[in-house]
Amino acid sequence: MASLIVTTRDGATRPLPADAGLSVMEVIRDNGIDELLAACGGSLSCATCHVIVDPAQALTLPPPSEAERELLDGLDHVAPTSRLGCQIAFDERLDGLRVTIAPES
Amino acid sequence: MSDYDVVIVGAGQAGAQTAIALRQLRYQGTIALIGDEHELPYERPPLTKAYLAGEKSFERLLIRPAAFWQEKTVDLRPGCRIVAVDPAARRVTAADGSSIGYRRLVWATGGAARRLDCPGAALARVHSVRSRADADLLSSELPAARRVVVIGGGYIGLEAAAVLVGAGKEVTLIEAQQHVLARMSGTMLARFLEAEHRSRGVTLRLGTTVHGIEEHDGAACGVRLTSGELVPADLVIVGVGIVPAVAPLLAAGARGGNGVEVDALCRTSLTDVYAIGDCATHANAFADGARIRLESVQNANDMAGTVARAIVGVAHPYYAVPWFWSNQYDLRLQTVGLAAGHDLAVLRGTVAARSFSVIYLRQGRVIALDCVNATKDYVQGRKLVESGVEVRSDLIVDTAIPLIQALQSEGIVPIRAA
Repeated sequence: MASLIVTTRDGATRPLPADAGLSVMEVIRDNGIDELLAACGGSLSCATCHVIVDPAQALTLPPPSEAERELLDGLDHVAPTSRLGCQIAFDERLDGLRVTIAPES
Repeated sequence: MSDYDVVIVGAGQAGAQTAIALRQLRYQGTIALIGDEHELPYERPPLTKAYLAGEKSFERLLIRPAAFWQEKTVDLRPGCRIVAVDPAARRVTAADGSSIGYRRLVWATGGAARRLDCPGAALARVHSVRSRADADLLSSELPAARRVVVIGGGYIGLEAAAVLVGAGKEVTLIEAQQHVLARMSGTMLARFLEAEHRSRGVTLRLGTTVHGIEEHDGAACGVRLTSGELVPADLVIVGVGIVPAVAPLLAAGARGGNGVEVDALCRTSLTDVYAIGDCATHANAFADGARIRLESVQNANDMAGTVARAIVGVAHPYYAVPWFWSNQYDLRLQTVGLAAGHDLAVLRGTVAARSFSVIYLRQGRVIALDCVNATKDYVQGRKLVESGVEVRSDLIVDTAIPLIQALQSEGIVPIRAA
């Protein structure tokens, strides 16, 4: 199974088994990491699943939509490779993707 | 008999988030999370959106996976309805007669779908959509249905209508008021949404009241209007709000009526009994201090945080800007603030472009925005609502000027105390 490599707010990094078809937000939540509120459940309406993608890998992802960029613009701690975890659909090609959970706003 | 430090009654968004927040705050006490449904805690908003449309499985609606609750030692008690509270003995009693003791009780029961008070309201093929079971029953009957009547033009009714017309059904939506979303928004957004739904094929009957639901072979076959007209229906969906599930608390002496009253720390009038979420009547800073109930994920989550902090001893009053979302067709609706009590509503952008915002003001201050496919306005308008500064209404409608500049030109001078 493919894996998503997540760095949590305490600085710890670990690989998570990741099912294709789920979003990065769902992979993180379903693996018991409790740092994303994900209030709107992944419908691109809130911005409470903020992650920062490893800059070396950011270009391998489809770019964010306009609405996603606009939500990101409203966040604190926004970085050049910030994304909303709900908007990255995980699949096998993203095996080894590294993301860091952004600090709490 | 069993006893817990914290008993949470209601395993929806507010209740689940309370348990999550307590453990995030490293609360060590025992926690029970009691729900009357048979499911793990799940998100309700998709029940009339992606779940009804068949785009998302139920597993993806779970607020946390099953293993999470075990790991965090939160005792889930599904299928358990609490019918009585004894605040003196600090016990709650379930429908099966069993009793559970608490040191602190968090009442997070939300509400039950309001039923129509008319003949035929309880017939088969008349549905509300409040729970997974409701949505599954509705879905199981959909394949055999051609004509669907939706009663109620609030968000639930509009979302269900959008999904069902998208699934090829003949949908008629009946609303008693002269426009949809009468309880939530102004007429500008309503007129736009009405036109959208009509263009997709939904028949809207506004200013129309229901006399009753007609029966054929023991099931609903149509909706009889007070005008006498019969609207044929193979299926009826009722979305006319909720009734807060607070009877046991009120019977125990808690102050309330339409909901249970809470203070800024979500405390009811009963000792060590809190109430949060849809059922909690509270003074809301963004409603000019009026006592209201808010039926939203935002309110559920933020009140859960308030009560969790109060329980662990770092109490901080509830203060959170209301926000809300809806998806209908390809429309992304995002609302921030509360529009009730506005004295001016202005349009930013053009309705024809299907990307615009309605900005609501009171005494020159932005109190709410309804944003349609206009996320930037939502993000920036939120800061206007939070700041409470006076703005020039001629500037905020100029789409050449980012909304946020209305704030910068005034200087950031918060009117409201945080």
